[in-house]
Amino acid sequence: MDDKPINQKAWFLVLPVVVTVAFSAVVPLMTVVNYSVQDIFDPHTRYFVGTEWFEQILHDSRLHGALVRQFVFSLSVLLIEIPLGIGIALTMPRRGRWVSVCLVLLALPLLVPWNVVGTIWQIFARPDIGLLGRAVNALGIPYNYTGDPTDAWVTVLVMDVWHWTSLVVLLCYAGLQAIPDAFYQAARIDGASRWAVFRYIELPKLRGVLMIAILLRFMDSFMIYAEPFVLTGGGPGSATTFLSQLLTTMAVGQFDLGPAAAFSLIYFLIILLFSYVFYTALTHLGRGANR
Amino acid sequence: MKKRYLILLLYLVFLMLPLYWMVNMSLKTTAETLSMFSLVPREPTLNNYRVIFTDPAWYHGYLNSIYYVSLNTVLSLLVALPAAYAFSRFRFLGDKHLFFWLLTNRMAPPAVFLLPFFQLYSSVGLFDTHIAVALAHMLFNVPLAVWILEGFMSGVPREIDETAYLDGYSFPRFFITIFLPLIRAGIGVTAFFCFMFSWVELLLARTLTSVEAKPIAAVMTRTVSASGLDWGVLTAAGVLTLVPGALVIWFVRNHIAKGFALGRV
Amino acid sequence: MARIEFQELAHAYVANPRRDSDYAVQRMNLVWEDGGAYALLGPSGCGKTTLLNIISGLLTPSQGRVLFDERDVTALPPQQRNIAQVFQFPVIYDTMSVYENLAFPLRNRGLPEAKVKARVHEVAEMLELTGALHRPGRNLSADGKQLISMGRGLVREDVAAILFDEPLTVIDPHLKWRLRRKLKEVHARLRLTMVYVTHDQTEALTFADKVVVMHEGRVLQVGTPQELFENPAHTFVGYFIGSPGMNLLPVTLEGNAAVAGRARIPLGAVATPPAGARLELGIRPEFLRLSREPTEGAVAVSVRDAEDLGGARLVRVALGEHLLQVKLPEDAEVPAERGWLAFPAQWIRLYADGYRIA
Repeated sequence: MDDKPINQKAWFLVLPVVVTVAFSAVVPLMTVVNYSVQDIFDPHTRYFVGTEWFEQILHDSRLHGALVRQFVFSLSVLLIEIPLGIGIALTMPRRGRWVSVCLVLLALPLLVPWNVVGTIWQIFARPDIGLLGRAVNALGIPYNYTGDPTDAWVTVLVMDVWHWTSLVVLLCYAGLQAIPDAFYQAARIDGASRWAVFRYIELPKLRGVLMIAILLRFMDSFMIYAEPFVLTGGGPGSATTFLSQLLTTMAVGQFDLGPAAAFSLIYFLIILLFSYVFYTALTHLGRGANR
Repeated sequence: MKKRYLILLLYLVFLMLPLYWMVNMSLKTTAETLSMFSLVPREPTLNNYRVIFTDPAWYHGYLNSIYYVSLNTVLSLLVALPAAYAFSRFRFLGDKHLFFWLLTNRMAPPAVFLLPFFQLYSSVGLFDTHIAVALAHMLFNVPLAVWILEGFMSGVPREIDETAYLDGYSFPRFFITIFLPLIRAGIGVTAFFCFMFSWVELLLARTLTSVEAKPIAAVMTRTVSASGLDWGVLTAAGVLTLVPGALVIWFVRNHIAKGFALGRV
Repeated sequence: MARIEFQELAHAYVANPRRDSDYAVQRMNLVWEDGGAYALLGPSGCGKTTLLNIISGLLTPSQGRVLFDERDVTALPPQQRNIAQVFQFPVIYDTMSVYENLAFPLRNRGLPEAKVKARVHEVAEMLELTGALHRPGRNLSADGKQLISMGRGLVREDVAAILFDEPLTVIDPHLKWRLRRKLKEVHARLRLTMVYVTHDQTEALTFADKVVVMHEGRVLQVGTPQELFENPAHTFVGYFIGSPGMNLLPVTLEGNAAVAGRARIPLGAVATPPAGARLELGIRPEFLRLSREPTEGAVAVSVRDAEDLGGARLVRVALGEHLLQVKLPEDAEVPAERGWLAFPAQWIRLYADGYRIA
């Protein structure tokens, strides 16, 4: 039951947001839709081609490969980063001077520009001159991300975990801090175990921030571009070529604006669809539980 | 207790290692970086930093980035706060759809959208201005800000609003003097995220600027030359890009750490 | 059900308390009788919530012992004390139904489900929650949630005491009476020891048989509402209870009279205060007599202003440099500028350094 009062005047509070976002959102989207149904030779020579580009893209085997890789990657990202993020947030001290230190250290990977992230890892993971590559090889595990597709794939994943888990931690930590002490005190009086406290107090109260974390990580990992591009260039072979990179190759490298626009829209719709599924599922899962 | 902190410590070490490697590389010559493995620089040099501080292009890049990122953060928070309150407290025509539409703006893969963006901002005369980048970044920051803030606001019992109205508070006074302090943790987190996403975004910022508002991340790409990357200067610039963000989180750390004082009001 | 006793109890939040001000609760001995309805009254920050948390076991006192029916429970965690505690803001397990909320403490103790069901229904019946048992807990109104918080304590058999930490703070004014009535009903039926923390004297005086008044970590007085009104043991109690509070007048003693400036106020008996103590005369506004003509023992005062309280009038008069408040019946005549103020000897209380000596 959603017992929020109905109040149409709330639109006035939302209006500034709608105006600022619509300014940047509507025109570019219309333009891309426009591209996607035209064959463009130059700004003055273009033909309407209907759904031709869409059909071409949907039958492109490069897309199919990249799509599968993309799904496996995003799923792995969520399965690792969300539980790890919650876990780390729970280990953080709740007060005291170490809190500040932890928060600043946690935030640092998020503040590195995305192209620089790939650049650091490119050297950091090198088996000859990088700390990670050296260390892994020293443990007796053969590792070379520039040659072996599995190694390359794992490196991109670890890099993403390094780069983005902090986002989940920060969100969860802020969510945990928002739980009033009375809840923990009541749980102690009720004799709840540590697990019960997590399951019935912390997790329900984290539902809101977890939804943000899951959706953000899904969207951003699904559009990952700069980091693997710099790290591996999509290789070896096409082991780490994700959707975004394929799209950029098409739009910039081959300058096929029409098919690239069609690709963009399909891409956009896939993200939209899955985000919608996540969003609806998570909303229904504990509707209003965070009230 | 002890085991808990050990896990945290290990994780933080994992986070710091690549950053350490970046600092390490920034203190070496590019030749040393590429020729051998060394945990600490053999011949430490500040030359890479000197290159950055003596070149006005780098210097302006920093200022440009800080300028549009701050602008973006302030604007995003200003428009997002009332909207988030509306979403957390009321139902209104089209609220659910509007909320989801806002989110969809984070989902557009940038590659193809860059050209129309360029055309749009050129046609309204904003190309190569800071406000252009700030506005463009609001496209993905405002939905995020509304979303995070909405979550925090929904965590505040509605009884608090009602008690305040019973005590004769007007809406603006209630919102500013009572409500905002209660969700300061949320505001801190949101400000940080807006700052962060705007700071690290490269594609849009590079597309919408040429000289006057060129961001630091775009200046960095200059280190690619005929002889390959200048790793030393690039990593030194990377180290320096961490500083403003670290300052921001240092300023909002208490807001994140304190949570909100529910039960102690 | 239990008689709760504090022996030599004190608590400091800092690690190595040195001064008195380091203590949130000063050293005390105190008994909460079995089945009593107590209000713990005091201004914010006086240590009342600390004291409550010591009873429930959320805090372990830094000194002294807590006894439940002669049994030392000082080191026991809250869940082994059979305590119910209701907090300022309603605590509800969001994802659970009302039934599951009530069953939670029993399930945590591993009781068989049949027994859980019986107890939950019994308690739900008593709190009139039976109809709401299968609704999600989060959908209840604030007073309903507070009932559930209490119910989670009541489901356990042999509840020792129910503790309330300002439970009406977030309840709508028109619903407050409903919850308060329910609390009294439960008390009447189960004869449980109840401790009710509040800073609102009306709430305290209407709820409790006995009121414990706290100030700056000290218990200043334990007594019935009438005792607190008529015989405040400390100037703070006199001032804090009653509206308006007790008049306090710095005086010196001369034989069997109190002297304030040029005024001599006759006392009933001769008191012997400790040497060097700061003396104050206390009298409730209700007991002062104000008249136009001089009467025996009355002192001259100038009338400042009068305020209509609805049913009574509050007159402010000046005795020398001190202002006193006089509460008169609505129809009483108020002298225009000068008047004579009489202090009935049986209502005069004398305080030395804050504590009552006569």
